Amino acid sequence: MNQFLIFILLTLLKIAVVTVVFLTAVAYTVLLERKLVGRIQNRWGPSRVGPFGLMQPLADGLKLFLKEDLMPSAVERPLFILAPIIALACALTSIAVMPYGRDIRWHGVDMFQIANINVGLLVILGVTSIGVYGIALSGWSSNNKYSLLGSLRSTAQMISYELALGLSVIGVVLRTGSLNLRDIVNLQATHGVLSWNAFGGVQIVAFFIYLTAAFAETNRTPFDLPEAESELTAGYHTEYSSMKFAMFFMAEYANMINVGAVATLLFLGGWSSPFGHLFPDFGGPVVHALLPVFWFVAKVFCFLFLYVWVRGTLPRFRYDQLMGFGWKFLLPLAIANVVVTGLVLAVHG
Amino acid sequence: MHLALFIIFGLLCLGGALNLLLQQHPINSALSLIVVMSSLAVLYLLLGAEFLALAQIIVYSGAIMVLFVFVIMLLNAGLEEKTRGSRAAYLAGIPGMLALFGVLAGTFFTLRSSFGSARLGAYLATTHDLAQVLFRNLLLPFEVTSILILVAILGAVVLARKEH
Repeated sequence: MNQFLIFILLTLLKIAVVTVVFLTAVAYTVLLERKLVGRIQNRWGPSRVGPFGLMQPLADGLKLFLKEDLMPSAVERPLFILAPIIALACALTSIAVMPYGRDIRWHGVDMFQIANINVGLLVILGVTSIGVYGIALSGWSSNNKYSLLGSLRSTAQMISYELALGLSVIGVVLRTGSLNLRDIVNLQATHGVLSWNAFGGVQIVAFFIYLTAAFAETNRTPFDLPEAESELTAGYHTEYSSMKFAMFFMAEYANMINVGAVATLLFLGGWSSPFGHLFPDFGGPVVHALLPVFWFVAKVFCFLFLYVWVRGTLPRFRYDQLMGFGWKFLLPLAIANVVVTGLVLAVHG
Repeated sequence: MHLALFIIFGLLCLGGALNLLLQQHPINSALSLIVVMSSLAVLYLLLGAEFLALAQIIVYSGAIMVLFVFVIMLLNAGLEEKTRGSRAAYLAGIPGMLALFGVLAGTFFTLRSSFGSARLGAYLATTHDLAQVLFRNLLLPFEVTSILILVAILGAVVLARKEH
């Protein structure tokens, strides 16, 4: 029983720490985006609140929290309230199955992953597919044509690109022979860059497909038609204000981090160092435990940087181009990748 | 623990199913169906079928129900209308449902011994086990089903094609 109590306490501790870090990361991703887009457009971005504008997320949060919570009278109340909760809850769930460090046990509990699940990858895909309802219902329950158009676009886009996304990870699963995220990372953790799925594993095509589909899944530029402000006001969250709006906002940025983290785990070796065993271990057990976490965070950060960079660079797709690209290019490419990977694995064993 | 989860999600599943029938608006019914599908997934998980549970969530709760909701939103379907036909459906439907339930329950109880049983949480069928069965013992039915789905896809393409 004592062992069980330790397990419960340590798990609660992990959940608390990961949630706090994750939410802070979400807040600072917003700042990162505003800063970087600012630099790309040759201006400073937020710089007044705190040193280098670093307290800006705090000020934004406070502002959103204190705003009046308007609810239009014609909305479908239960669903209108439920929609942002679904969106945020699903966005915050995926992190629970991701390993963010080496499997180091303390009192028999793995301290660098909240839950090690055999079908972890499927859990992430499942939670993402449920998250679509947040956006779909918000648009419908708002009783506003712009919201409805935004959510219809978003739903159609997510269904279309989820197929390509799901097929793109099959190559990685074939190579590993497991859906467990720890197994997937462990396979890539042997020889640094050379054993990462994207390079040594020759899943570079799958990586490209995943990345493109992930941009579409998170409704980011160049696939941000659901919130195209020039034609749809603000898209599906037009009628939302105060914390309900903030929940959608947080969900979007949390999803960016999720997608970056999954790409890191599947294609870029997760927590493994890019140098493999090139350098001997230095430092004590603490460095040995925390260095992988650094690599994981650094890789996710690169993805977030890429997101912002793409947003600052590319224009938006036209809607038929978006659908054509998803169905006629990405999907066949993903199927071809599965076939080729399967054949190569069958020949080489 | 397993029993408690079974009771909670079993009740949730039944409640969702009843709500599906009682709601007037199609979107509420569709959402209840999502609850039913997801609770079924938890029941599968309790029986140790982890892959099946997640496939249920991704395919049914996720993809198929999103399409349902999408169509309801796109057509802007309104409240259910009561006509004389629907009253007739009540009269025929409720006894019919009870009869079907009785037949199924009776069959299960008489054939219970030959079905074998699985205790909650006693067994875990990994994805590996499932693949062994699916791609070795049941390969032919699997391929036949694949061809059936392929035919369905071709049919959808033919139906949706624009005439030139």
